[in-house]
Amino acid sequence: MMRSSSLLSGLGRVYIGLVLVFLYLPLVIMAAMSFNASPFYQLPFEGTTSWYAALASNEGLIASTLNSLQIAVLTTLIATTLGTAASLALFRSDFRGKRALQALLFPPIAIPWLISGTAMLIFFFGTGIGRGLHAILLGHVALALPYVIIVVSARLQTFPRELEDAAASLGASRWQTTRKVTLPAIAPGIVAGALFAFAVSFDQFVVSYFLATPGQTTLPVEIYAAIRKGFTPEINAVSTIVILFSMGLMLIVSRFFRFAGDR
Amino acid sequence: MARVDVKNVSLSFGAYRALNDVSISFADGGFYALLGPSGSGKTTLLRMIAGFEYPDEGSILIGGEAVESVPVDKRRIGMVFQNYAIFPNMSVAENVAFGLRVRGEKGAGVEKAVSDALDLVQLGHLAKRRPHQLSGGQRQRVALARAIVTKPRVLLLDEPLSALDKGLRKDMQIELKRIQREVGVTTIFVTHDQDEALSISDRIGILKDGAIVQEGAPEEIYDRPRSEFAATFLGEANIIEGTAEGGRLTLENGVSIPLPQEAARSSGHLRCAIRPERVHVVPGGLASVNLSQAGTLTGIVRHKLFSGSLSTYSIDCDGRQFQAIVPRTGEDDIRMGSPVEVTWKKEDLIILA
Ligand SMILES: Nc1ncnc2c1ncn2[C@@H]1O[C@H](COP(=O)(O)OP(=O)(O)OP(=O)(O)O)[C@@H](O)[C@H]1O
Ligand SMILES: [Mg+2]
Repeated sequence: MMRSSSLLSGLGRVYIGLVLVFLYLPLVIMAAMSFNASPFYQLPFEGTTSWYAALASNEGLIASTLNSLQIAVLTTLIATTLGTAASLALFRSDFRGKRALQALLFPPIAIPWLISGTAMLIFFFGTGIGRGLHAILLGHVALALPYVIIVVSARLQTFPRELEDAAASLGASRWQTTRKVTLPAIAPGIVAGALFAFAVSFDQFVVSYFLATPGQTTLPVEIYAAIRKGFTPEINAVSTIVILFSMGLMLIVSRFFRFAGDR
Repeated sequence: MARVDVKNVSLSFGAYRALNDVSISFADGGFYALLGPSGSGKTTLLRMIAGFEYPDEGSILIGGEAVESVPVDKRRIGMVFQNYAIFPNMSVAENVAFGLRVRGEKGAGVEKAVSDALDLVQLGHLAKRRPHQLSGGQRQRVALARAIVTKPRVLLLDEPLSALDKGLRKDMQIELKRIQREVGVTTIFVTHDQDEALSISDRIGILKDGAIVQEGAPEEIYDRPRSEFAATFLGEANIIEGTAEGGRLTLENGVSIPLPQEAARSSGHLRCAIRPERVHVVPGGLASVNLSQAGTLTGIVRHKLFSGSLSTYSIDCDGRQFQAIVPRTGEDDIRMGSPVEVTWKKEDLIILA
């Protein structure tokens, strides 16, 4: 018994180790190569920061990185706000067609982005919204919204309704109840939803690619265009910065919110 | 403080009629218990007074004013929920302060009111605790302090003690009663527990299938239940049926017993009840009672349940089980399987509708 469980836990460790290797090793190699003098991944390793210096003068990459960040932050704010409000409405009210509406939230997640992107392109073109950063933002919000609603609604499932009743009985208005009782209780769900929204937008290539215009583009689209022209280690450099930034962001968030417990 | 009047209120959930033409008044400063089996509509009635449900018909008045158009947060009520509904993201003191803060009150006044309320429920020393660090009884008292600190006109309590164990529950009943008397707020208390209702309240309403079966002071309901349901739901009762004529009741087995004064002129089929503690048990059938003043049946002792100061006997009288509760004051000479006579004073017979 003891032996087999220690064998299992040994296997478990190996498994987790492999998962971590596959997840992080490519990133580590990429980060290392961003400091390697050879642009063709040649060894021996020769330390340099010249690619970072080159990056500093690559206006296309810098502008698109800033665009990406801006759009991701705006998408996160808008989709999280709208999605949380929608989740609360679905939680509180009972109306005809509620179940159908909730069911309709799932298909967009399963629809390939290539198809969503094409549909958006046609729709935005037809309605005169056109392409550009505003169109990308609109598209990202639409993509992120179902994620936020699903995650926040899942959190609300475990929220005791009596807490809202209790607040009302104590004289709190709807808004006071929402702000002081409901939102704090479902905050971990909202943060998780916001992370999804950020990831959907910041990661987004396909939909952005359809909606970008030459001057107005996002980092993934710009990287793709750069790779097609010819790979440069500046991409390693910008990717390393992005990786560090994203990981830092996630670590900060996970420090403030424990996802498993409530307290 | 205010009186509450529920007037001809009905409410349906879909096809199910949860409340059916309910009328009941709660006097200013009174302590009412709403008692009834599960699903009888107690919570629904309470939630309706609070404003969480709206009556399909009828109206609810608080302090003489119809409150149909007043939302929950404007009704100035206090409510303690069955699971307490303590806000988990706030400390004990913040929970209690909540009702004052949402009214825009600030500063020392709030702190004073909160500490007074916590002292009232004897939790002053736990003000800084988080809810998950409290016991069930402490949570319940936080909920109570939170509900009364806003000086509500009506206090609504939905089975607040049901989650507590017996000892704590007794303590809390006494405490609740003390606090209610101190604050003087009209209180409506929902409970499953008949003993709790009897000991704590000054009036009781019994609900069954969404309707008030009977309402009155505890002694009145216990001594004069008007239906078999009320008689058996609140306490134990032996039911006797027969045909009334000329001030006497003739039972199925031919035995005739005297009826109390109030039923002297009844005739036809009649149902009566007699409380087990009003029944006397005489061994060997040697009772020398005046048959015009006392009811008497003969039977065989089948069971005996000993509970310290009392013994409860189950006596088989021609196939009908009769309960008798006898204080154990002397030599115990009632034996299992032995013939006995059970008697009672005719005034102790309760006439049921
Ligand atoms: N929101 C609702 N929708 C449908 N039916 C409901 C709803 N709320 C209550 N009911 C029904 O109304 C009836 C009365 O419910 P209520 O909660 O008032 O009972 P109760 O007397 O408080 O019972 P308990 O002692 O078990 O708490 C029950 O049959 C219940 O199923
Ligand atoms: Mg109930």
